[in-house]
Amino acid sequence: MLSRVADSLYWLSRYIERAENNARILDVNIQLTLDSEHAGAAQERADWLPILATLEDLAQFDQQYDALNAATVCEHLTFSPANPNSILSCVAAARENARTVREYISSEMWERINSLYLWLNSDAARELYRDSAIDLYRQIVDHSHQFNGTTDATLTQVEGWNFLQVGKFLERADAASRIIDLKYHILLPHGEQVGGTVDNVQWQAVLKSCSGFEAYQKLYTGVVSPASVAEFLILHESFPRSILFCVDHLDAALHRISGSERTKFANPAERLSGRLLSDIHYATVADIFASGLHQWLDSLQLRLIEVGATMRSQFCTWQ
Amino acid sequence: MPNRFQSYEVGDFFDEMFAGTGNPRDHYQTLFNRFGQLTDAEFQKRNALASQSFINQGITFTVYSDDKGTERIMPFDPIPRIIPQREWELVERGLIQRITALNLFLKDLYHDQHILKEKIIPAEVVQSAKNFRPELMGFDVPKDVYIHICGTDLIRDRDGNYLVLEDNGRCPSGVSYVLTNRQVMKRVFPGLFADHRVRSVDHYGPELLNLLRYVAPRNCPNPADPTVVLLTPGIYNSAYFEHSFLARTMGIEIVVGQDLVVKDDVVYMKTTKGLRRVDVIYRRLDDDFLDPLAFRKDSVLGVPGLFNAYRRGNVNLANAIGTGVADDKVMYYFVPAMIRFYLQQEPILANVPTHLTMFEKDRAYVLDHLHELVVKSANESGGYGMLMGPQASASEIEGFRKAILHDPRNYVAQPVVSLSRSPSCCNGSIEGRHIDLRPYILYGEKTTIIPGGLTRVALRKGSLVVNSSQGGGSKDTWVVDED
Repeated sequence: MLSRVADSLYWLSRYIERAENNARILDVNIQLTLDSEHAGAAQERADWLPILATLEDLAQFDQQYDALNAATVCEHLTFSPANPNSILSCVAAARENARTVREYISSEMWERINSLYLWLNSDAARELYRDSAIDLYRQIVDHSHQFNGTTDATLTQVEGWNFLQVGKFLERADAASRIIDLKYHILLPHGEQVGGTVDNVQWQAVLKSCSGFEAYQKLYTGVVSPASVAEFLILHESFPRSILFCVDHLDAALHRISGSERTKFANPAERLSGRLLSDIHYATVADIFASGLHQWLDSLQLRLIEVGATMRSQFCTWQ
Repeated sequence: MPNRFQSYEVGDFFDEMFAGTGNPRDHYQTLFNRFGQLTDAEFQKRNALASQSFINQGITFTVYSDDKGTERIMPFDPIPRIIPQREWELVERGLIQRITALNLFLKDLYHDQHILKEKIIPAEVVQSAKNFRPELMGFDVPKDVYIHICGTDLIRDRDGNYLVLEDNGRCPSGVSYVLTNRQVMKRVFPGLFADHRVRSVDHYGPELLNLLRYVAPRNCPNPADPTVVLLTPGIYNSAYFEHSFLARTMGIEIVVGQDLVVKDDVVYMKTTKGLRRVDVIYRRLDDDFLDPLAFRKDSVLGVPGLFNAYRRGNVNLANAIGTGVADDKVMYYFVPAMIRFYLQQEPILANVPTHLTMFEKDRAYVLDHLHELVVKSANESGGYGMLMGPQASASEIEGFRKAILHDPRNYVAQPVVSLSRSPSCCNGSIEGRHIDLRPYILYGEKTTIIPGGLTRVALRKGSLVVNSSQGGGSKDTWVVDED
């Protein structure tokens, strides 16, 4: 397959996944702030600042907006054309990539992306955003799910599909790490006692933003502790949004591309993903907390970036 | 309930559907009954369904007049144009004759130039033609095919005769609309197809691929299975949808210039598994942009070294380089002469009567009649460099007079031909609008023309301009077997 096509497929699924995860984060944070017992501009700022911090958007945000509140953060992350990571920009970028590989993806996949793009640009989406932003975000997540379902149901699962998987799971692992990290941002300014009521509500929110609340409840029967939530979101083998699951699927897709065995590596990207995977496999949540959750997540994000860059230089770019 | 076509006025034109007001032609009778009985609401609903279908499929072109790069659909008119099979057979024979002569002409022009030596065409016309490529003199193109894909524009005069308006032998576009119009029409008006025996157009993709594989280059390592790609200028090109559509239909790679690299005069594409040799390129890029080393130095769309690979017989291009010389409007004048010279036949399809201002007698006539003629510059297209005499101001006419006197080689003049009209859907009512027809001709081992072609319609009232950039739309075109 053309290197450019592989690259476009990789970015196409990354952008769709990024749009979905932004929608999840915003959805949950709105719900969380609705539960907030405090009020006022300072509180609102405190509620929304971590979202920007975790997406590393703070500097750009400050240049464009005078105040940091629910309205400006949501606008910035949902519709702002100036923000390359806004949901709208992500969907536009996904669509742009899809346009360059239309002969490769199925017509059904294209129509899913195109209709999401057209809808986000419509008055109807703006109206829904005003009436119930939560509904808007739910629909964006639904669209992304539909895209993934359509992809699995209509695209031959050969090379190109694997590049889509690489993009999707790499982005999802990164997003999961940022969502977990969000908890630390939330905690820091408050100094709430760990395990307090507010704390539990917030951990639940983190689970919800990964669609993991119900699955978690079944496993841990209602006991919400930072360690078990982190264990679930980082180390669970079969929960499709846990970091271990995502990295495992990322590594599997890379191996399918080269055709090499899972236990070996045929190129530098596989070596990096394989090593990352076994590090996560052999980690315990106690180790992770001991080394510092934030530091661990930070290093994970850097290693994911390295896997992506190495994969691209292997398959997608020519000098 | 009154028939929808009841208030339709034929006017003083050749009308495709009606022989006279209230009197539909035989091959339109069924449509007249079926469409005529649809309620307004029903008709509008189906029309909206059709538009939505184009938008969902992304069948759009980009308008760059604002910085948003707005995407528009080409307006689709739901009333099909019907051509009876017998009428089509004549058009088809005429087009085959014409494309055959044009290809023989190009081969002759780039080799022995018999047609110039025998003074059928004045040599200076060729020498001064903008798209003549002397660097290809003596070069043998695979299978002697120069124009592989041709989109010839036909119009019908007041008596319904088909006339050739121009031959587009470079990179004719629009065929994707033929195929998608048909798909949409089947979705929106399935019942109509049950009542008519409409000849299918779906074989265009496979036939095009056959043709491209047939013209594998001399040094193709595996002539039985050449690697064919489509070269596009990229997603910002207004015809990108078509490029992608055709590549998909044929199951071939669509590439941009940067996907290709030339090493030792061989063209390769950059793939995830390394370099892969390319044998045939269906290029949707003008000659000038193909290779910055050979043609325009500032082209970032092309592939450095492509021209040499082509000349060495390591890759083939469709259409060939240098076919633009046959698109020259002065050369158009000589096509009937080419048919007589190479085929010893009389042209089946006539040209629009044309005056060449390079001929002294014609020039005098043209200069005296500028206010009633259409004057065209020889190498412009898309409605540029044109004078519509009857509508032009005195100063525009004077401007053209000076231009013609300054460079008589570069102009042709034609009488205003009143294009035929077809009932079209205009803001809810049905009115007559002018149309043309662009059939798509594939010239290879055999000549294939998909039945019908693209009917473009000038949706603006009274307008004769069918270009999509100037308010033109299109309609599904049916060749219908009546027997």
